[in-house]
Amino acid sequence: MKLKLTALALSALMAAGPAMAELVFPSLSYRTGPYGANGIPFADGYADYFTLLNERDGGIGGVMTRVPECETAYNTEKGVECYEATKGDNPLIYQPLSTGITYQLIPKVSADGFPLHTMGYGRTSAANGKIFEWVFNYPANYWDGASIAINYLLDENGGSLEGKKIALVYHNSAYGKEPIRTLQELAAKHGYELLEIPVDHPGQEQKSQWLQIRQQRPDFVLMWGWGVMNQVAIQEAANIRFPMENFIGVWWSGSENDVIPAGAGADGYKSLNMHNIGTDFPLYDDLKTHVYDAGMAAGAGDQMGTVLYNRGIYAAMLAAEAAKTAQEIHGTAQINAAQMRDGMEALEITEEKMAALGMPNFGPAFSVTCENHGGSGRAKIQQWDADTQTWTILTDWIDSDRSVIDPLIAADSAAYAAEAGVEERCN
Amino acid sequence: MPDQLLFAIEVTLNGLMAGVMYALVALGFVLIFKASGIFNYAQGVMALFAALTLVGIQQGQVPFAHLINATFGTEIHYFGWTVPSLLAIALTVVVMVGLAIAVEKLVLKHLVNQEPIILFMATIGLAYFLEGLGDIMWGADIKRMDVGLPQGLNTVIDDTTFGWFGYGFFIDNLDLIATAIAAGLVLALMIFSQYSREGRALRAVADDHQAALSVGISLQFIWILVWSIAGFVALVAGIMWGTKLGVQFSLSLIALKALPVLMLGGFTSIPGAIVGGLIIGVGEKLFEFLVGPLVGGATENWFAYVLALIFLVFRPQGLFGEKIIERV
Repeated sequence: MKLKLTALALSALMAAGPAMAELVFPSLSYRTGPYGANGIPFADGYADYFTLLNERDGGIGGVMTRVPECETAYNTEKGVECYEATKGDNPLIYQPLSTGITYQLIPKVSADGFPLHTMGYGRTSAANGKIFEWVFNYPANYWDGASIAINYLLDENGGSLEGKKIALVYHNSAYGKEPIRTLQELAAKHGYELLEIPVDHPGQEQKSQWLQIRQQRPDFVLMWGWGVMNQVAIQEAANIRFPMENFIGVWWSGSENDVIPAGAGADGYKSLNMHNIGTDFPLYDDLKTHVYDAGMAAGAGDQMGTVLYNRGIYAAMLAAEAAKTAQEIHGTAQINAAQMRDGMEALEITEEKMAALGMPNFGPAFSVTCENHGGSGRAKIQQWDADTQTWTILTDWIDSDRSVIDPLIAADSAAYAAEAGVEERCN
Repeated sequence: MPDQLLFAIEVTLNGLMAGVMYALVALGFVLIFKASGIFNYAQGVMALFAALTLVGIQQGQVPFAHLINATFGTEIHYFGWTVPSLLAIALTVVVMVGLAIAVEKLVLKHLVNQEPIILFMATIGLAYFLEGLGDIMWGADIKRMDVGLPQGLNTVIDDTTFGWFGYGFFIDNLDLIATAIAAGLVLALMIFSQYSREGRALRAVADDHQAALSVGISLQFIWILVWSIAGFVALVAGIMWGTKLGVQFSLSLIALKALPVLMLGGFTSIPGAIVGGLIIGVGEKLFEFLVGPLVGGATENWFAYVLALIFLVFRPQGLFGEKIIERV
């Protein structure tokens, strides 16, 4: 009885005492289910970067970080449950890695006051910071992606796509439909014919779509896919002997997972990427010393250097740099979510900063402002080599066509503002 | 011939081939339902588990490597050898038979005489257990299925049809092989059930398991047998679909493609699964070709179910299912 009373008193004392300082970055991950193969490397990269900051630097600004994981299984309802379950833990930022979950969280984070970072996914018009105070989608969004693909094709075709036929094979969902409007606008501008070919979720059977492509003979095929849809599309393209160098996927259709199942057939396939690839960065030396060799790697510790692992690292780096910026702005190491938002809005990623972090040229240089939550809107093109089982970067950072995208963002965000009753800010 | 007509023929042929792929999955459901009245929700996951096991054995992967490494601090992932495809397939069959024995001993034996809905729910539990087991045993990464099956354009058909019509038909080599395998599988199952002692016992249990028990047929043995055969069929489906889309957890979702086939062909008929598959395959592909462009495309998933529902209205037991007669 005495022992129980002592334990009770001790736990009451601990609860009443000041909370231990920490910066919380919840990871709404998916390690199970049909999309687990893509969720795992991202979650591992995200966790390993924060582990490195803790082990090497003692956290951020002297405050240790914590990355509580919550499994969403890429399910929107579970994603919302994860948000509700973690929002009492003083989280600084949410990155759900799902457009479906993002759409559900936008009104919630806006009401609760938590920043949401949807890097290259989610609601494209969230790039307009005047309307979306709590949502950020830097460094690039879907419409940037569509425009970058077209700019690359323009460059490859002597500056003209006049008379060309471009097919868009897309996941028949809000995500997959995102680039259509942009591609239509660009078709009007550059004179190409756009062929829209939807694929129903999950996309295991695409014979009809690829027979149509075989019959219509487009010059180029763009793809907005995710999960099994990517693997099947690449296999079917190889089956009909579509020239793979003319097949370009968005950054969510460009991981090792997407090309390996098709074997040699995937050779030459291209995709966009919003960050650099491989392990040839000084950061990886630090990760090896402080994380991998110390036995602290997340998951099975077997994802290092993959495209989606690097994306997880990149997302974590951007979050950590925003936290540092917030600490500088507010003069406190123990920042809260509102201060983190300020840090994100003042984030500046320069080549010097990335080099100092051991990540030279890892991503594009960009600045976030009150008006622009979308970054520079740039990406590179990478190509798969089936022999060496590696991606190779083909281009430098390619800009998107702001003259087409900015009016689309303005129109869509204005519609949201009218619907949600949001007042424009940054004036 | 006009181009559109030729394309329609090509779509129809490819629909037939796709139907065979659906039927391969549906066959596993039919076998278990026919013998025990259980709708095996885990059939799709069994295909995934079989494919994961096959690739794992082929590549010399250490099962439960992540668990072993986390527990003992080791760094082992592969044995360092590869196993030839045929031997790996044989070993996977052994694993699937082991799984059938485990299912009978640990699950079904304890649920004899329970309502069908209880057994159905048990298979839901089994599906999630198997999915987790597959993940822990072999990892969640996407793997390439390579048992030497050819894939891609059949150039003979392409050249021949081009010579005839000036338009080369696309037929996938993998689909042709799937058709031959499905035909062989159906033939083997029919011979087995008609002419072997075990097959006749299986049919007796399917007709009336109480009567079968009274003449000395072991229900335990029959259940192990039928789950083993369904496991083998799942392996075949796993190989074919795994070659097409890679071995990954989405493979379990191929069960969704089998459901309309079962509704249409009947839950108790092996030929029904094949014919149902062919009708669904052709129906969804032609609908996508003819009506898809008018309604924005991507009609295949829902149209397969609409087609099955139309058949259900007129023939609730499915095209080849046994007529339901309740005597009171």
